[in-house]
Amino acid sequence: MYDLIVFLVLLALGYGVGQYAEKRHYRSIIERESRLNRLPAIAVRSPPVQPYYDQALVSGNVVVSVDYFKRFLAALRNLFGGRVISYESLLDRARREALLRMKEQAEAIGAAMVFNVKYETASISKGARQTIGSVEVLAYGTALIDSRGQ
Amino acid sequence: MLISNLEMVPGKRVIEHLGLVQGSSVRAKHVGRDIMAGLKNIFGGELKGYTELLQESREEAMQRMQLQAEAVGANAVLNVRFSTSSIAQGAAEIYVYGTAVRLE
Repeated sequence: MYDLIVFLVLLALGYGVGQYAEKRHYRSIIERESRLNRLPAIAVRSPPVQPYYDQALVSGNVVVSVDYFKRFLAALRNLFGGRVISYESLLDRARREALLRMKEQAEAIGAAMVFNVKYETASISKGARQTIGSVEVLAYGTALIDSRGQ
Repeated sequence: MLISNLEMVPGKRVIEHLGLVQGSSVRAKHVGRDIMAGLKNIFGGELKGYTELLQESREEAMQRMQLQAEAVGANAVLNVRFSTSSIAQGAAEIYVYGTAVRLE
C-alpha cells in the first residue's frame, strides 16, 4: 500500500513538473532558434575555398533526462510495441538544444557559418537500473570566421 | 594549433601528412552529482552536472590529442571526430581523433 502511494506520487510529480519543464524548454528552444536562424549550420563537408576564412572547432553538448511519468509510459510501450513518443520528444529536445549551444558558441566568436555539422548521441549510464533514460547529445562543426573585418 | 573537422583548410595547402593522433579521457561522476541526477530522473530535464562533466572531459581529451600532435611536429589536426562510450556503469569514455598534418 505504502509503495503504491509513493509510486503514484512520483508519477504525478513526474507528470506535472515534467510537462511544465518540457513546455518551457520548447519555448526557449523556438525563441533561440529564430534568433540564430541567420547563422547557417550545414552538414556539407567542403567549405567555400576562400582564403579569408579563419576556422575554429565549435561544439555544444547537453545531457537530458526523461521524467518518471514518461519512463513509466515507455515501460508500458515495451509490452505492446510501437512508437515510444515520450522518448522521441526527449531526443528532439536534446538535439535541438545541442545545436543551439553550438551556434551560440559560434556566434560568440563571430562566425559567419558552421560547416560539417555532426551529431553524436550517447546514452550515458547505460545499464544502471535507476538511471536509464538520460541521453547525451553532442553537436560539433567547424565555424568559419570572416577575417577581412579585422 | 588549428583543430578542425573539415578535411582541408581553405586557402592553405597540406604539405605533410603525419598520421592519426588521438586523445581519450575516462571520467566517473561523483556522488553529489549522482544524487542530483537521481532527483532529475523523477522530474526530467537537463542534468547540468553531467553536461559540465562531459564538457570537461572532452576538453581534456582534446588537449591530449593536441599534445600528441605537437610531439609529431604538426601544426594542424584535420577531420577531427568525437566519440563517446559508456564502458562501465557510471563512467564514460570520451575519445577524440584526427589526422595530424603540417600546413604551409
